Amino acid sequence: MESEKTKVISVLVENKPGVLHSVANLFRRRNFNIESITVGATQQQDIARMTITVNADEKTLDQVVKQVAKQIDTLTVEELEQGNFVMRELALIKVKITSSKERSDVINFVNVFRGRIIDVSTDSITVEITGGPDKIDAFLNLMITFGVLELARTGITALSRGAKSIRIDE
Amino acid sequence: MPKMSGAQALLESLERQNVDTIFGILGGAILPVYDALYDNKKIRHVLARHEQCAAHEAEGYARASGRAGVCLATSGPGATNLVTGIANAYLDSSPIIAITGQIPTCGVNSSYMIGRDAFQEADIMGITTAITKYNYQPRTVSEIPQIVTNAFHIATTGRPGPVLIDLPKNVQSNIDQVKFTDKHNIRSYKTPQPPDPIKVNQAANLLAKAERPILLIGGGAIAAGASDEIIKISDLLMAPVTTTFMGKGAFPENHPLSLGSIGMHGNPAANRLISEADVLLAIGTRLSDRATTNLDTFAKDAQKIQIDIDAAEINKNIEVDIAIVADAKVSLKMLLTAISEKLKKGEGKAWTKRAKEVKEQLSPLLKENPHDLVPKALLSELRKLLPQNGIITTEVGQNQMWSALYMQALQPRTFISSGGLGTMGFGFPAAIGAKVACPDRMVVDIAGDGSFIMSEQELACSVMEDIPVIVIVLNNSVLGMVAQWQRTLYDRRYNAINLGKTPDFVKLAEAYGAQGIRVDSIDKFKNAVKTAMSSKVTTVIDVPIGSETDVVPFVPPGYGLPQQRGDY
Repeated sequence: MESEKTKVISVLVENKPGVLHSVANLFRRRNFNIESITVGATQQQDIARMTITVNADEKTLDQVVKQVAKQIDTLTVEELEQGNFVMRELALIKVKITSSKERSDVINFVNVFRGRIIDVSTDSITVEITGGPDKIDAFLNLMITFGVLELARTGITALSRGAKSIRIDE
Repeated sequence: MPKMSGAQALLESLERQNVDTIFGILGGAILPVYDALYDNKKIRHVLARHEQCAAHEAEGYARASGRAGVCLATSGPGATNLVTGIANAYLDSSPIIAITGQIPTCGVNSSYMIGRDAFQEADIMGITTAITKYNYQPRTVSEIPQIVTNAFHIATTGRPGPVLIDLPKNVQSNIDQVKFTDKHNIRSYKTPQPPDPIKVNQAANLLAKAERPILLIGGGAIAAGASDEIIKISDLLMAPVTTTFMGKGAFPENHPLSLGSIGMHGNPAANRLISEADVLLAIGTRLSDRATTNLDTFAKDAQKIQIDIDAAEINKNIEVDIAIVADAKVSLKMLLTAISEKLKKGEGKAWTKRAKEVKEQLSPLLKENPHDLVPKALLSELRKLLPQNGIITTEVGQNQMWSALYMQALQPRTFISSGGLGTMGFGFPAAIGAKVACPDRMVVDIAGDGSFIMSEQELACSVMEDIPVIVIVLNNSVLGMVAQWQRTLYDRRYNAINLGKTPDFVKLAEAYGAQGIRVDSIDKFKNAVKTAMSSKVTTVIDVPIGSETDVVPFVPPGYGLPQQRGDY
């Protein structure tokens, strides 16, 4: 059995109701494991981009790509080539603060990780951080030592490198 | 642009798709469509007695004719009752259009609106997402013509399948300007590409050099209308041909190279020879568990070529060496030309001789005892009486597997059964639908007593609508297939399988105004079939058979195809 790897798939779909449902439903029905899915607009108003991160071996990934491609509302499916794409995730982390030393420690870590502080109260700091999942995991592990009150992660969104682009003709 | 109601726009759009029949049952949320049907002279409405059967009737119509079948139901329970029928069409890749009424999107009474759990509201769009090729919910009258055109295009092209149109009641009754169109406009829908000539060439090389080639034909070959090409390729290669259960009829089973169907209850010769082949050409089959029985040992000595219109079927169940993703008929035409250029016509192959030998040794057709009232003899006699183009439908269970083994299908679209979903109660409504599509041909439902009572109420439909078909009830007074499993795999711990002697199928038929005949010998059976064939009304022939008769051979779950058991 081949080992499972995290793969990122970029899908362009018609931007209309029900499309996310049918893709999510497909993953559930075929027993594909989604790590994250992000959906948002593209430069073309009527087209949405789904960035799907799955944990799968090659055979399963092949099925994922084919089954997603088969959806009527799917325009294109692309497996992003390892190392040949840029990806980012955004996380909002609310950290518990009990002393001014902790506050300055957290601020230092935020600066090192090039995050931003977006809210402060007497006993908490909320941090915005973007980057690859590894960077966010590393930062999160540091914050856990202070106490994480709340966490929201967006999941990965990604584009391939270079001038290559997928455009759907009207 | 003409002004009309959404319901009228729907009917006119259906007419433009050459729809001549709708199978359905009405209800509150679909009344505007039925009101428009009142004035319609071109479309026949067949009143089913259960929505599930309306969907099966539409599928029977579609599979017999090759054209999309249409069924119609109201919102809520009408729509959810269609679900099994839609799922059946999805798993067997049959083109049906299911139209459901839906409660309004807005109106005078705002509590009676989609999304507020009003009376007879069901989220049929959500419910059918996983069992339709696509579904639509028009929100305005003007969208309807384009949606109907698109729905038929999706249902009937590529790998066919069901499409649902959920029509809110206010959209049915609203009046607006309507522009009709025959052009589909789905930019994201991928129509099949022509076969890759490189792959076709590789496949031709492999087949031309093969010593022991075998063809495995699935339902996709019937959908593609590829039977002529299959016959030519098998004749050219002198390759024996087997089908999946769904492929029955794609290749004439009385052809010398036919081995019948493979699978769990496959023909022994087919199950044996597919395991001896060195090159397998699989056409339009998903190589399902019931066909392959064990993925690891399936045709393990063969290099495999797979032709399928659905890219997702390649390597899904079985890894193949060469894949051609395209229409089967187009691919086979190219393959035929490529093979004839490469093939050296030589002496008769040892493989052909071997296939003939195995077939003679193992064929269950040759061992029949013509006098016993057993399925083997009954179905052989039926085959002799039924014209070549007679249409056979089956229920699900032992009756279905006996039909697979003993009822030769000689033409495409003459063997219609619930292969993927295995829906008991499918055969009778499917027979009604097939008869509507082909009124000049004989249609016979081979049934079991357990399955037939699941849609027995459609006798009312067939009598009232004047759609005469023949139902042969192989009546063993038990739910036979599960009884067989309890007998062989659960140590005869019979539970919940006894159906007793009820109902009396002759009286049941008569109660509905149909004809009922009970037989107790092969001769009486033959006479009953002849009587039924000349009858203007549906006939139910009740044939009592032994309750412990097994379907053999049987490949137990997990075993490979040649490891079939049972004295056959």
